[in-house]
Amino acid sequence: MPEALATIVTEVVDKHGRDGTRLMQILREVQEVHGWLPPAAITAIAAAVGWPRARVESTAGFYSFFHTQPRGRYRVLWSDNITDRMLGNMALMDAMCKKLWLEPGRVSEDGLVSVDTTSCTGMCDQGPAVLVNYRAIPGMTPERVEHMTELIRKQVPVADWPAEWFAIQDNVRRADILLDNDMAPGVALAACFARGPADSLLAASNERSWREGVHTHSQGPSATLDEIKKSNLRGRGGAGFTTGIKWEACHHAPGETRYVVCNADEGEPGTFKDRVLLTRQPDLVFEGMTVAAYVVGAAKGYVYLRGEYRYLLEPLNAVLSRRRQQGLLGRGIGGQPGFDFDIEVHLGAGAYVCGEESALIESLEGKRGVPRNRPPYPVTNGFLNQPTIVNNVETFAAAALVAAKGGDWYRAFGTAKSAGTKLLSVSGDCARPGIYEYPFGVTVAQVLADCGAADTQAVQVSGPSGVCLADNEFGRRIAFEDIPTAGAFMVFDRSRDMFEVARNFTHFFAHESCGFCTPCRVGTSLLKNLMDKIADGHGTQYDLNEIYKLNQLLQMAAHCGLGHTACHPLFDTMEKFRPAYQRRLKSLEFEPAFDLDAALSQARQMTGRDDAGAHLESAEEAAK
Amino acid sequence: MSDVFNIDGREVPFTPGQTVMQAALTAGVFIPHLCYHPEFKPHGSCKLCTVKVNGQPASSCTLPAAAGMEVESNTPEILDKRKMLLQMLLVEGNHFCPSCEKSGHCKLQALGYELEVMTPHFNQFYPNRPVDASHHDVLLDFNRCILCELCIRASAEVDKKNVFALSGRGITKHLIVNAESGRLADTDFALADKAAQVCPVGVILPKRVGFAVPIGQRRFDAAPISAHVDEFVPVAPARQGERQ
Amino acid sequence: MNAQAVKPKVRIATTSLAGCFGCHMSFLDIDERILPLLDVVEFDRSPLTDIKRCGPCDVGIVEGGVCNAENVHVLREFRNNCKILVAIGACAANGGLPAQRNHLDLRDILEEVYQTDPGVGHGGIPNDPELPLPLNQVHPIHEVVKVDYFLPGCPPPADAIWKFLTDLIAGRTPHLGHGLIHYD
Ligand SMILES: Cc1cc2nc3c(=O)[nH]c(=O)nc-3n(C[C@H](O)[C@H](O)[C@H](O)COP(=O)(O)O)c2cc1C
Ligand code: SF4
Ligand code: SF4
Ligand code: SF4
Ligand code: FES
Ligand code: FES
Repeated sequence: MPEALATIVTEVVDKHGRDGTRLMQILREVQEVHGWLPPAAITAIAAAVGWPRARVESTAGFYSFFHTQPRGRYRVLWSDNITDRMLGNMALMDAMCKKLWLEPGRVSEDGLVSVDTTSCTGMCDQGPAVLVNYRAIPGMTPERVEHMTELIRKQVPVADWPAEWFAIQDNVRRADILLDNDMAPGVALAACFARGPADSLLAASNERSWREGVHTHSQGPSATLDEIKKSNLRGRGGAGFTTGIKWEACHHAPGETRYVVCNADEGEPGTFKDRVLLTRQPDLVFEGMTVAAYVVGAAKGYVYLRGEYRYLLEPLNAVLSRRRQQGLLGRGIGGQPGFDFDIEVHLGAGAYVCGEESALIESLEGKRGVPRNRPPYPVTNGFLNQPTIVNNVETFAAAALVAAKGGDWYRAFGTAKSAGTKLLSVSGDCARPGIYEYPFGVTVAQVLADCGAADTQAVQVSGPSGVCLADNEFGRRIAFEDIPTAGAFMVFDRSRDMFEVARNFTHFFAHESCGFCTPCRVGTSLLKNLMDKIADGHGTQYDLNEIYKLNQLLQMAAHCGLGHTACHPLFDTMEKFRPAYQRRLKSLEFEPAFDLDAALSQARQMTGRDDAGAHLESAEEAAK
Repeated sequence: MSDVFNIDGREVPFTPGQTVMQAALTAGVFIPHLCYHPEFKPHGSCKLCTVKVNGQPASSCTLPAAAGMEVESNTPEILDKRKMLLQMLLVEGNHFCPSCEKSGHCKLQALGYELEVMTPHFNQFYPNRPVDASHHDVLLDFNRCILCELCIRASAEVDKKNVFALSGRGITKHLIVNAESGRLADTDFALADKAAQVCPVGVILPKRVGFAVPIGQRRFDAAPISAHVDEFVPVAPARQGERQ
Repeated sequence: MNAQAVKPKVRIATTSLAGCFGCHMSFLDIDERILPLLDVVEFDRSPLTDIKRCGPCDVGIVEGGVCNAENVHVLREFRNNCKILVAIGACAANGGLPAQRNHLDLRDILEEVYQTDPGVGHGGIPNDPELPLPLNQVHPIHEVVKVDYFLPGCPPPADAIWKFLTDLIAGRTPHLGHGLIHYD
């Protein structure tokens, strides 16, 4: 191994205490300096953390953003959500490739650059977006492509590129109790402490062992838990689990210590509200995590931040150190003896499945992001096998408000069954894409009117794994009891082809399947191939039936939510936008799986033949 | 209710902590499986063992048994799904049984026979997976790997060697070995390792063994895999709640 | 079988695409049972007859995968003329032995065989229009046409073929069962 690389590896592993559970951070930091992860570096890292080499390679090989092969000194990744496509990302990427004499996915001969696509980077309101060496750049235009290729050719370091390219807009269009909040740091915590005697924590930790469950009789934490329960706050990450129940279960679970984890993986295409919360209200999120730590008795918290939001790492760390200085993190928080808690930001590396809470925990432990078998659940056996709560960014922010202002205050917003507000990430065909915060119960039509959508054909709510609504459903409400959502709200007008929308989502799931279970690993790729076949004009009713059968299998046998929902977009669009599929189908009941004439291309090339016998007509032509 | 549940109309007793699979096999009821192995903790990845419990789908190899459960296993709906899973595994790799030394001993093949899988049905992936013949005693033919992770678990838990691991994800997921060169010869793998014995298919094969048992007299030739149920009965007491 | 002899005979066509004729040989291994079979079936295009083009048939039995353009034409001819199409053997079902080339690039194969190989590689890659061009990959037949039944085995044992055909002719869904269903 070159000495320079050896030095980098040593520095990074030492910084992380040679702790294998920090492997994700170690791999990323080595790669940030060296550009990729050569075999010798993997070997050295494995030796340093005392793990078998294969296990380190295994983790490195799982994540899209880790490279065990050189990927060029400039790595340009085009966000490939359907909203980026609608903004013309493919044409821009092609133009970039032409200018660089490159094929997508390939590294240039001189090892300078590679251009490829990546799953949605969460810039849907300001696309088309790219990541350049994992730095986000939104708003790509033909001029920017031109300029960027120049800079790459001249080998100008990314750090010296025009600063305005890296500016990310918040685009907050409607703010309510969360985004309008101007609470000073520490106010929610002070409210918690005010609910119980100051010495209760220390007394509790002195008289009861951690194994028995913490301080069940200490008034501060249980009083705050009561407020959370009273608020009827439900998780904002998608599943909508009642937050108070989750916290209580963790609080009661025996363990040596407890963890609070903030899920900022935000991988669901079309979702970008956590990005804005972490930009605008990081104190509220951290305060919510600290409140959670106070309630469950945790000493350590992690924010699992998706790799696409790498640019947020330094600003978030700055907020964390300020909070430490303010006595809002660290030992004896707020002067409460025994209340020790700190937060660390961990970065992911391009894997949607890591948003699934148990996969997230595996990733936090330095492993492949594969969902665990449940039971046991994270609340009893989570990070490092200890009781752990995992909540969405927005859930923590809301929890901080509840802690400050009380459960009754909070549940006055929204509907009877869905308390509070919800952040929607609006993108697609509308005049004003961005973040809209509404009390629960708002109708889809209202959101469409507010964002300036016209001639709307469909809305995909909650991303590819959510639901696709047609215009006769726009009267429905955003709420747990009607249309639950993790926040994505993608608008499609009547010029859009809903088949292409579904096909884009199918590619997403095939790319993001972790590959643990057979039905999802193979099934998502089969689905992708079927959709491509239909797109290429070779589809038949037979293929639609195959999709139907695959859907049943995935619903029944997939291991995690990714597999269960991988067919949703196909299904919704097949049902609601049938003509988009029907007009693509051949009338024949069967069409070959592949293009027969194209399958002779290599032989034609090698023999130089182009006579009639060197071609195969389609089945349709042959039947004539 | 005592410790009994019901599977396809048959009463199955269980001891607390047993999974549905463990209890069923102990009672002589066969449930198709590939990643389950009597000596290892449940894994839950192949999904061949999918059943319906009180109407809800579940993996029987990881689901703790509970009194009064109504388990459906051999219904047309479930058999159809299991068939699809076998077909998926067949097209995902390159399975050319006539040239495979495991033929007749192979659980994938035997389940194909059991469930009357007459065709791989789906379009073949034909992946390019070069074999690793570097090791003196053992050949690795990755073409047949169904990613059940039994070799990984055996090497880590029994042999304490960690020779095998997975890399990639989704359809590109693949088996790797513990060596910078990527070659089995550069690991401390040995023919006597537990990991050399657990592969349900024909990936990890001893060299210089060909037709040691004539075709027609192999493990699943005489009786279908469902008749071998006693061979799959768990050996260690079940461990519930343990993390997989 | 005699009871059925009064009915019109079941017309069967067979062919071998990219296969080794092993399945046909196994078919002949039904030995003397061929005689009662011939009471109820008659053969159209088949290596067993001399008919060159397949006419309307009840059953088409196809051995071998699809390796070149001619295989595609023959397979389509069978599909168009046969009410029931049967894939017989490993090659027809998953490409079998010929598909073992599928992980190689066809261009490299042609170059190696016809240009660089010291033994045979002299004449250059043949480009006579009479010759069918090979496909980039070998495919099982169900990837090219709709197939009604599959009879696995390499080759399927004669007993399996017999069981399959007698079931089919008697109008039953063919069912092999343990010992007759084989992939090798
Ligand atoms: C495939 C998959 C991806 C997920 N991605 C996210 C995500 O990006 N962010 C999130 O908060 N929850 C995500 N979830 C849901 C989490 O598993 C978990 O339910 C959530 O973080 C709990 O937090 P909450 O109760 O505050 O919603 C995902 C779930 C699945 C199955
Ligand atoms: S592993 Fe099993 S199914 Fe695969 S080729 Fe070998 S015998 Fe056949
Ligand atoms: S080599 Fe065999 S035991 Fe190992 S994962 Fe593959 S199929 Fe399973
Ligand atoms: S299946 Fe076997 S016997 Fe039949 S043609 Fe193919 S190789 Fe020959
Ligand atoms: S994606 Fe991992 S279980 Fe399906
Ligand atoms: S045996 Fe249950 S999932 Fe494999």
